[in-house]
Order: sequence, then C-alpha cells, then structure tokens
Amino acid sequence: MTAAAPLIRLSALTRVYGRGDTAVAALRGIDLSLCQGDFLAIMGASGSGKSTLMNILGCLDTPSGGEYRFGAIAVETLNQTQRALLRRHRLGFVFQGFNLLARTSAQENVELPLLYRGLPAARRREAALAALDLVGLSDRAGHTPAELSGGQQQRVAIARAIVTDPAVLLADEPTGNLDTARSHAIMDLLTRLNRERGLTVIMVTHEEDMAAYAGRTLHLRDGLIDRDSGRDNARPLLTETAPCC
Amino acid sequence: MLLNALHLALREIRRNLLRSLLTVLGIVIGVAAVITLVTLGNGATVMVKQQISALGSNLVVMRPGQRLGPGHDEAGAPPFRREDADAIAAEIRGIAAVAPVVSATVTLVAGAANWSSSVTGSTNAYFPAGNWRLAQGRLFSDDEEQAGKAVCIIGETVRAKLFAGEPPLGSSLRVKSFGCEVIGVLAAKGQGAMGMDQDDTVILPLVTAQRRLTNSRAVGTVMISLRDGVSAATAITDITTLMRERRKLTEAQENNFSLMDTRQIAETLSGTIGTMTTLLGAVAAVSLLVGGIGIMNIMLVSVTERTREIGIRLAIGATGREVLTQFLTEAVVLSACGGLAGMALALLACLGLAGALSMPFLFNPGINGLAFGVSAVVGVIFGYMPARRAAALDPIDALRRE
Ligand SMILES: Nc1ncnc2c1ncn2[C@@H]1O[C@H](COP(=O)(O)OP(=O)(O)OP(=O)(O)O)[C@@H](O)[C@H]1O
Ligand SMILES: [Mg+2]
Repeated sequence: MTAAAPLIRLSALTRVYGRGDTAVAALRGIDLSLCQGDFLAIMGASGSGKSTLMNILGCLDTPSGGEYRFGAIAVETLNQTQRALLRRHRLGFVFQGFNLLARTSAQENVELPLLYRGLPAARRREAALAALDLVGLSDRAGHTPAELSGGQQQRVAIARAIVTDPAVLLADEPTGNLDTARSHAIMDLLTRLNRERGLTVIMVTHEEDMAAYAGRTLHLRDGLIDRDSGRDNARPLLTETAPCC
Repeated sequence: MLLNALHLALREIRRNLLRSLLTVLGIVIGVAAVITLVTLGNGATVMVKQQISALGSNLVVMRPGQRLGPGHDEAGAPPFRREDADAIAAEIRGIAAVAPVVSATVTLVAGAANWSSSVTGSTNAYFPAGNWRLAQGRLFSDDEEQAGKAVCIIGETVRAKLFAGEPPLGSSLRVKSFGCEVIGVLAAKGQGAMGMDQDDTVILPLVTAQRRLTNSRAVGTVMISLRDGVSAATAITDITTLMRERRKLTEAQENNFSLMDTRQIAETLSGTIGTMTTLLGAVAAVSLLVGGIGIMNIMLVSVTERTREIGIRLAIGATGREVLTQFLTEAVVLSACGGLAGMALALLACLGLAGALSMPFLFNPGINGLAFGVSAVVGVIFGYMPARRAAALDPIDALRRE
C-alpha cells in the first residue's frame, strides 16, 4: 500500500521578524508533515514560536524561508487572493486573542465566513446557530463581544472557525480562557469533529491534559522542534485515510 | 458580490452611526455652502439684468464728459440743451423717443408730511423711454410743457409717503420752494439695479424744472430710446457724428460727451455681480475643500481604526478585493447621502434666502452636479485609498496594527 501524500508539509521553514540588529528568529527551521485527519497539539514555552507557526500554517503570515505545501499546492507561489481563497475554503482559524468583530453579534460573527462563501442568508443563519449550539452558546447568539465573557468570546471564535466545515482547524490556545469543565467539553467537540468529519486539528496548548486529546504532540523550543511524539498508534486514524507520515 | 458588498456596507454604516454621521456632515456642509452661494449669486445677476431690461429696451443714455465710470470727467464739457434732444429726434433714423433730463434731489411737502426724493425734469418722451406707465391721471399737456406749468407726475413711493389714504390727483405738492399740482401717478416698478427704489421719483415738465430747480437751461443727460430692431451701435455712431458737429469739435478733439446703451450698462453691472459671484463661489469652494479635508480625516481615522477589522475579514477568507469593494461601497453610500442631503439643505436655504432678499431662485444643475461630484470623489478617494493599503497587508499584519 503506497502512502498518500501528506496534507501539510513544512520543510526548513523559517520566520525572522524585523531586520538587522533587532531581527528575531521566531522559527529557525521547522520540518513537519501532517495527514488529513491528524490531531496535533503544539506545546512549548512562551515565545517559542507557536503562534508564529500557526499563523504561517493558517496562511495569515508569510514565512521568511523554507517551503510550505498544502496538499499539492506550494503556498509560497500563491498570490494574496489565492491565499485568501485557500483560507476561505480549507482553513478555520481560532486566534489566541479571538479577533471577533466589535459591535457585531455572536451570530453575525459566526455567519461572516459563510457570507464570503456566498451562502444565502437563511442557510447562513441556520449554520451559524448550529455552530453556536455546538459550543454551547445558542442562548447568546444576539450578544456582541463586549457583552460576552472571555470564555464565551473564545467559544464564538471556535464556532466561527468550524462553521464552514474546513479541512483544517488551527486553534491557538482554544481553551486558554476556559474552566476545566468547559475545556474538556471543547476538546470533546474537537475530538468528535476530528473522528466524525475527518477534520484535521492543529492546536496550541500549555496544558498537558488538553494535549492528551491529540494523537500527536510537538514541543517547540526557540523556534525549533524540540520533541515530536509521532503518531499515537492507540488513536487510529480514520479508516479511509491511509497512513502517510 | 456587489449586493453582498452593499449589504455589508449598509450594516457597517448602521453599526457605526456616529462616525458615519460625522463623515456625512462634512460633505453636507461643504456641498450646501457651495450650492447656496453660487445659486444666490446667479439669482442676483439675473435680478439685475431683469431690472435693467425694465429700464427700457434699447435705451441709449448720453451724458456730457468723456466716459462713464471711474475717472468720468464732466468738468469743462459743455452741457446739453433741449435743442440737442430735438435735433437727435429729428435727424437720426430709428429713434422712438428722445428725452432731455435734468434731475435734483429735493424735499417734498404735502400737507403735514415731507419726504426727500429725486425730482426729474423732462418731456413726455421720458415715459416711453424709461418704460414708465401711468397708474392714474394723465401725462403733461403741450401747454404745460411749453409754458413750464407747475404740474407733476409722482412715483408710487412718493404717493404712498405723502398721500397715503388720500386721492393724490389734483392735490398740491410743494417741491422745494414752489407748489405744483399732481396730475398723474406712475405704475410701480420696484427696486432698481443696486437696490435703489425707482418709484421714489417726481417728474416735472423740463422747462419747469430748469426754471424753478436748476435755474439754468442746461440738460444733464439725454435718454434716447431706439425702435425695436434698431442696432444700438449704428445709432450711437450716428448720434456721435451729429453731436460732434453740433458741438463743433475738430477732428483732433476727443468726444466731450459719452453714449452708452442699456445692454452695455447691463453688461457692466452684471459683470460686477458676476465677479462677486465668482468670489463667493471661491469662498464656497474653500469651504467644500475644508469639508473634503474633514471627510478625509474621518475616513483616515476610521480606516486606521478599522485596520483590525480588515485583518479579521481577510483572516476568515475575504479577498482583498472584497474588503475593498465593501469599503468603497461604504464611502460611496456615505458620500452620496451627504451630497444629496447637502443639495436638499442648499435648496431650502436658497428658497428661504431668495424669498427674504426678494430675489429670483434659479435651480442651477451645474453647480449641484459639481459640488456633489467633488464631495463624492473626495469621500471615495479618502475612503478607498487607506483601505487599499490595509487590504494589501498580510492578515496578521493588519491584525497587529492597533
Ligand atoms: N510581530 C512581531 N515582531 C517582532 N517579533 C515578534 C513578533 N511576533 C512575535 N515575535 C517574537 O517571536 C517570538 C515567537 O513569538 P510567538 O508569538 O510565536 O510565541 P508563542 O510561542 O506563541 O508565545 P505565547 O505562548 O506567549 O503565545 C517571540 O520571541 C516574539 O517576541
Ligand atoms: Mg502565542
């Protein structure tokens, strides 16, 4: 059985912020392969480059060097619009700082990516309410971010990322603002989406018990992969996805 | 896609009502100011033209001295005589009426009331030449004209001031030092050019005025009204030749009198008003510019503030073009609303002011279009350009801008 091509492949990926004397090398050469249906947790000390890596994976930022392939696509060769379309159709992103639109209701925030996908209003509404229901916020649909707690805003951000049913969910500390019970509920949700829909999840976390939900854990240190647990065989992949890495 | 953008734009405008209103306000004020000033200026020009044409069509005014206007030099130029007017009437073709005129400002008394007014001495030719009609009474009789009888025809203002409530015909009016009988009242003409009251006038037979007021046989000006279709230029040339002959001017001597037709006077006056309108328009353009800078500021601030929003939209899959279309639509909608509101405000202001100043109101599509266009362009450019910069960023860079 030949191995299928990986969904995501990074080789010698670097990211340097700034120039000259003040330049900061946030990523110093990352090699990583992920298959569709993988559930990856990224850990590491503060400032180790986790968010930087996530932003590049999410096509929000441009690497300074190295290669990023998404399926058959060489991401470096895409122009701005093509990258926007890749984000629109394949990626869902949960920011460390939520990044919801201010003065905009939770429901409208969740509807926004569907609007850019050109869905009619009735279907947007339906999907948005379903996604809010999944994160346990159906009773807060009409509230604006200012009227929501940090944890609730985080869950709206998660709902916005999963509402489009993306191929890859990138979540930068999705449980950072949640209590233990909520955190476990969110992790259960991500696990379910991962198992049932084949959603590839890449998640940054500081907590070992959240990382335990993932099939694979990556430790970053000073912009390099320090430790990679590799695929956890106790958590078999979806049957239709051939092992690739 | 466009509908989507419009939908998004309208939602953003509603969501940020105060910011939107402030943006619109700048446009409203700029547009309204320009339109109002220029429209009123045009109204004034038209009013002056109307008043001058009410003076009499195809009228030529002859005065002693070299030319009208600044530097007008009457000193040394011999005055006209009644015979000059008669000669013109007799010898020049195409003349409808020639009226020799003397005038003075004197005090009038009737009963207990007195009033200071401009008194004109002339012949019956003065009435057709000046476009005057009688409201009541009659013109001078031949006998009254030749003998210099003490009779007068009064304007509407004089009637109202001195004979309010009484029948004026047959009453006695004291002009300076002599009494005369009112034989006619002129139909009202209203305000003249430059705002003077044309109806504040008394007309005496020429001989009466010469004997009793000016004490001289001189004639100040001669009003010559031409027949319809007669060219003023030809008439002026003919009259000039005749008058040079009568005044015995050698070829080397310049004219010591001047002729001007009403169209020329109208052009001079409306030229002055046109200059004023241009000046006001310039002031208004500055206010439009200031309004434009206001729009620019608000747009710039709002785009800086909205760079994060742009980042969010880009991050969740909007293309740069979609974000830009949304911002452009917003700018267009705001500018258009502001422009329309400005035009409506200007319309109200113009109607009100034109009424208060008793000027005609003329809707001027050109200036409305121009003001609207400028505000729209300013709004669109400054709504669009900064957004374009933000939309070209990597989403993460747009998100990091605070
Ligand atoms: N825009 C930037 N300009 C300059 N340096 C930056 C920028 N963003 C991040 N850095 C630097 O890059 C390094 C990695 O930052 P990154 O945000 O990826 O850390 P992180 O692992 O996500 O940390 P945390 O757990 O605190 O979120 C840090 O040293 C940080 O100071
Ligand atoms: Mg981080």
